[in-house]
Amino acid sequence: MTVVPRWPALLLLAAVAIGLALVPVFGETYAIKVATRMIVFAIFAMSLDLLLGYTGLVSFGHAAFFGLAAYTLQIYSPEYEAVNIALALPVVIGVTAFVGALIGALVVRTSGIYFIMVTLAFAQMMFYFFHDSQIAGGSDGAYIWVKPVLAVGETILIDFEDRATLLWFALGLMLAVYGLLIMLLRSPFGQVIQGIKVNEHRMRALGYDTYRYKLVSYVISAAVASLAGFVYACIDGYISPELLGWKESGIGLAMVILGGMGTLFGPIVGAVAFIGVEELARERELVGFLADHFQIIMGCFVIAVVLMLRNGLAGSLGGAPRAKPDPVETEVPGGEKP
Amino acid sequence: MSDPVLATRGVSKSFGGLHAVRDVTLDFHTGQVDVVIGPNGAGKTTLINLLSGDLPPSAGRIAFRGRDITTMPPHRISQLGIGRSYQRTNIFPEFTCMRNVWLAAQSRMRSSMRFIRPAHHRKDVAARAERAIDLAGLSHRADTVAATVSHGEQRQLEVAMLLATEPEVLLLDEPLAGMGPEETANIVALINRLKATHCVVLIEHDMDAVFAVADRLTVMVNGTVLETGTPDQIRESQTVREAYLGDEMI
Repeated sequence: MTVVPRWPALLLLAAVAIGLALVPVFGETYAIKVATRMIVFAIFAMSLDLLLGYTGLVSFGHAAFFGLAAYTLQIYSPEYEAVNIALALPVVIGVTAFVGALIGALVVRTSGIYFIMVTLAFAQMMFYFFHDSQIAGGSDGAYIWVKPVLAVGETILIDFEDRATLLWFALGLMLAVYGLLIMLLRSPFGQVIQGIKVNEHRMRALGYDTYRYKLVSYVISAAVASLAGFVYACIDGYISPELLGWKESGIGLAMVILGGMGTLFGPIVGAVAFIGVEELARERELVGFLADHFQIIMGCFVIAVVLMLRNGLAGSLGGAPRAKPDPVETEVPGGEKP
Repeated sequence: MSDPVLATRGVSKSFGGLHAVRDVTLDFHTGQVDVVIGPNGAGKTTLINLLSGDLPPSAGRIAFRGRDITTMPPHRISQLGIGRSYQRTNIFPEFTCMRNVWLAAQSRMRSSMRFIRPAHHRKDVAARAERAIDLAGLSHRADTVAATVSHGEQRQLEVAMLLATEPEVLLLDEPLAGMGPEETANIVALINRLKATHCVVLIEHDMDAVFAVADRLTVMVNGTVLETGTPDQIRESQTVREAYLGDEMI
């Protein structure tokens, strides 16, 4: 399981990043919003891949953290003035990670199908918490009237009111997350969670308290998902309980599997492709009456990819060559090679 | 004799109505190879599972250096210095052999909650892993994916992973099953070398190997200890002869 991508993967990643970065130069508002959504879901899908593809935990409630982050930003933002990103971002990450630790402490005790069910259950609990209470507008959702800014004293460095700025900020965040997760997966901690994914029982017998490692992985994943939720809430400034719903969680899973799980950059490709195809499928000029039933096209697309590309869209590009020896690890033995 | 490293007192394990292990009281010492023999279903592997913490006993107590470890979870028992290998190969099939051993070696870092520097920069872990894979005679397979090496080599990998955790007590569950004669001789020699500084508990069916390494033999039948003694005593024992060994085996 190579973590460091080989050059075809890096080239693709660079192409995707440059393409997204250029959207504000050539596209109008709608295109910028779509591109920003792609980036948001790429971050979300990567956070999910840490659990799914590297820790072996299939979370079906990951949107809970995505949505919670969006709500935290909305609640934390003052109504008539812009919140400072330098304060809001740590608060959002902190709150989400804290809730992630509480939920994680319980759900990580289970595994397999039970893990899927309890993560779903907790996400639904949080969904109904925001849906049925009067916090942030209940089922109607709520608005962030003034978008966050990054300000030092009186000087505004970054203003999310400008869509291009938000996109570039999100893109930087996405690349940073990608780099940090690669670092994490190469670290001793990363080695442990990947071992847990393959054979948790053996890891325990080797002396690892696997519960602690899974919990930390879960919390990190929640924190990364909160970055996605943070940016998402800034796109339209509108949040609703649906952000925490199982449908969002399912879309996240679909993106990871579509792109190739356990590859880290696959989920980026998956998110971009998923949203890209969805946009095309809604284009009446392109697909005619099917535009009203774009879900049919999405379904066919996902089925085709899963059937034809076993490792997802990006799986064949050298993200995770499972069948081959690991070039990183082969350096490990040092000099003495047979 | 000195205090036992590992001791069981009246240990039992039942699964529903089946008494897999019944009232076993044994002492294990450093500098000695204890071999547990017995027919299939005698409870040998269950006994190892109790010692390693993989299964909690239904009754009785287990102590390591006088400390009660009866209900301790397996990862803590491993950290105390009690390591085991598995009868059914229990490895990380999709990783290279070296990465398998690496994970075992890394478990002796004070904590693996290290998030920044790459794992392979840890020279201490690398040295431990290399030594272990070398002792088990598997260096030539270091970069081969574990799932693709032969069954015998996977058995060697089991041993390498156990050694990489640098245990004081080695619980070996049929390590030789599936190994060729050359590897068997290698592992037998290894056990004899390790026993001076380790406490070794071995389950084995290969009687040549058993008599080549055993300082003490324990015969289990139907979950109970039939007899314990030196190889010669066991060879002469009428009870064992009748119950298990049979004349042709000696």
